[in-house]
Amino acid sequence: MASRKDGAVAEIEKKIIEAFEVFDHECNKTVDVREIGSIVRSLGCFPTEAELHELLAKVEEEEPTGYINLEKFLPVMTKVLLDRSYQPIPEDVLLHAFEALDENKCGYITKEELIKYLTEEGEPFTEEEMEDMLSTALDPETNTVRYRDYISMMIVDET
Amino acid sequence: MGQVSNNIGLSRSSSLGSVSEDRNTIRAAILIQNWYRFTKARLETRRRYSLSIFQSIEYADEQDQLQVLSTSLFFFPLVPVSHILTSPGVSQVVDEGLSLTEFENKIDVPDSYYGPRLSFPLTVEDANALLHAFRNEQLLHARYVLQLLCETRRVLKEMPNITHLSTSYSKEITVCGDLHGNLDDLLLIFYKNGLPSEQNPYVFNGDFVDRGKNSMEILIILFAFLLIYPNDLHLNRGNHEDYIMNLRYGFTKEVSKKYKDHGKLILCLLRDVFSWLPLATIIDSKVLILHGGISDTTDLDFLNALERSKAGLSVLLMQLSVKCRINRSKLLPRESVANETFCYLQILDILWSDPRSQNGCTPNKSRGGGCYFGPDVTAKLFERYNLKMLIRSHEFKPEGYEISHDGKVITIFSASNYYEEGSNRGAYIKLNPELIPRFVQYQVSKYTRRQNLQERVGTIESSALKSLREKIYAHRSELTSAFAQYDLNSTGRISVSDWAAAMESVLQLELPWRMLRAQLVQMTPNGEADYMSCFYDLKIGQPTKEVQPALVETLCRYRRDLEIIFNIIDKDHSGLISLEEFGQTWKLFASHLGIDMYDESLDKLVLSIDYNKDGHIDFNEFLEAFHVVHRLEKKANS
Repeated sequence: MASRKDGAVAEIEKKIIEAFEVFDHECNKTVDVREIGSIVRSLGCFPTEAELHELLAKVEEEEPTGYINLEKFLPVMTKVLLDRSYQPIPEDVLLHAFEALDENKCGYITKEELIKYLTEEGEPFTEEEMEDMLSTALDPETNTVRYRDYISMMIVDET
Repeated sequence: MGQVSNNIGLSRSSSLGSVSEDRNTIRAAILIQNWYRFTKARLETRRRYSLSIFQSIEYADEQDQLQVLSTSLFFFPLVPVSHILTSPGVSQVVDEGLSLTEFENKIDVPDSYYGPRLSFPLTVEDANALLHAFRNEQLLHARYVLQLLCETRRVLKEMPNITHLSTSYSKEITVCGDLHGNLDDLLLIFYKNGLPSEQNPYVFNGDFVDRGKNSMEILIILFAFLLIYPNDLHLNRGNHEDYIMNLRYGFTKEVSKKYKDHGKLILCLLRDVFSWLPLATIIDSKVLILHGGISDTTDLDFLNALERSKAGLSVLLMQLSVKCRINRSKLLPRESVANETFCYLQILDILWSDPRSQNGCTPNKSRGGGCYFGPDVTAKLFERYNLKMLIRSHEFKPEGYEISHDGKVITIFSASNYYEEGSNRGAYIKLNPELIPRFVQYQVSKYTRRQNLQERVGTIESSALKSLREKIYAHRSELTSAFAQYDLNSTGRISVSDWAAAMESVLQLELPWRMLRAQLVQMTPNGEADYMSCFYDLKIGQPTKEVQPALVETLCRYRRDLEIIFNIIDKDHSGLISLEEFGQTWKLFASHLGIDMYDESLDKLVLSIDYNKDGHIDFNEFLEAFHVVHRLEKKANS
């Protein structure tokens, strides 16, 4: 049984290395610290920004260089995947989240409302992030986000 | 929810609703933000690996090509090396004495031709006429092309190997990188930055041709401006200004197609013109501009002194001869090596090298020529020649430019959408008299509405995967046996880990196979890979009933390389070679690759292609038949 478990761990490690290398331009086993979020998420995890900061603290050098080494990242990320931390957000939970922001339960959120919520509450969006979401989510004729449609579209694109 | 006003949006400013409400909205906001950032990261990952796929395949192709060429040089009695090294056919074109009037007399321009009619010496009116014509997709008549090339060669010959410029009179100098036949990018640059003139000098840093479909038009425009403003429009040679690269990467085909009978003459003259392109430019004795990079043996004085036109034979061939004759590490000191070889090496290095962040100078494995040079190599060169900056091109960059070696090295790449619509931006540099660079980025788009990021990534990804699937199909036999090695009980299934290992061992593309798996192969319910499913939706265009699959697959894989060999054999660029030549060529090629095949097999194959009954085959037609067809596409189109 031990070898099967090792096999599973080895496979997880290979997955992590692959994801890391996608962002490792120079092929020298380091990535820019700002890419760690993308790497962790590309492995199927949904960490919040706060959780990402925690993770970063574990993989950064004592004197932060702006780069993260694969050596330090691998064991930490392996544990994350084995522990199944940062579980994905199921579609229905996401839907409920949008519904919570839709006071009148009319099936849409206005542009202004959405901007206010997402740039002022929670872990606020940057202007760029907000603009980017709107560019896909917003129905320009009504200036609203029909969130059910938006979610369906994004989920389909993933498969 | 009761207290909150029903007015949409704005009146929620009193965020002092009940505590539980706030917590709900905060939680909801975090969830949405989290999920959004996940999808964004996923998009970015897809974008990255798509570009990775494009780049890996491109470099692998370049490497393959070298293998094939080494075959042709050393195993082909049919193609003597001397033949490759000298100009083919029409020798009088290379004759110095050929003048503009001779072309005028020899080539007639019909009255029905409404394109630009150039008169030499060229003026700005001629340049504008050309720009206007090319915007309207007109062709410049062959006579004018030949005259233009003749004049360009005459002017280039006067120039030294390294041009020295200065930013006097507060002029900004604009530096552009690879254009690769993308006319839209050149027109966009001129639109944003103005046409070349005494007040608006430009340096174009090589790779004007190949891949894009308007290489000829780009050359015509650049050469025209060169003739009008010889002190303000500067060209550096790139590794694609090379006739063998052109055979492979599309420029030769473009010229032959556009100019038909006159194509041969034009290609001949172009070969000469390319060999006369300067190698580098230096601004204010501080900024070195060249196409590829440098090595630890780069010697600017030597480069300035050598006879660059002698190195006009394909740089690629230099690569081979150098590869075969010397081991890089044994090179120094210079005196111990034959001058000629050292010459080749110097030019090879500056046209093919790439910067890397690790110190040292190592052979450039992905290109097969030139080297990887580290910050220490740069620093040493700068110290020796008192330089401040190196501007080079040669490498694709998603943002159009990249700064490395602590600000000392800039890569500038001016072909936007290089791999696919939306794959990257292009950029150019504005260099002021203080030699501080300013970058201007742009991206040409064929869509009137700008695609959002989602759509752009989707486009790039499907294009990249298509190329990858073609490569997979072209290696079908090898892959099948690699898979079989892991599948001892012939179940048709292997673990994902084994599947990934097999893919990499055969294709050697260093791609994230586990990430790509879902797009390439089907899974069984118990999580194994049904490995033969990666071939399901593809087949090769040519009917293959009577022919060995291995033969067809090989023809498919080496299609482009065979094209080069055939083009070399086809001395007069007629597009035809004799059946006998074809048979002999193929036999040698196949035996070198270790392919077993029966004579009848090949004969049947050749017979199934239309060919002139005079015993010649149109090899382009023949090769066209061996491209991979995507079944799903076929279904969609039928």
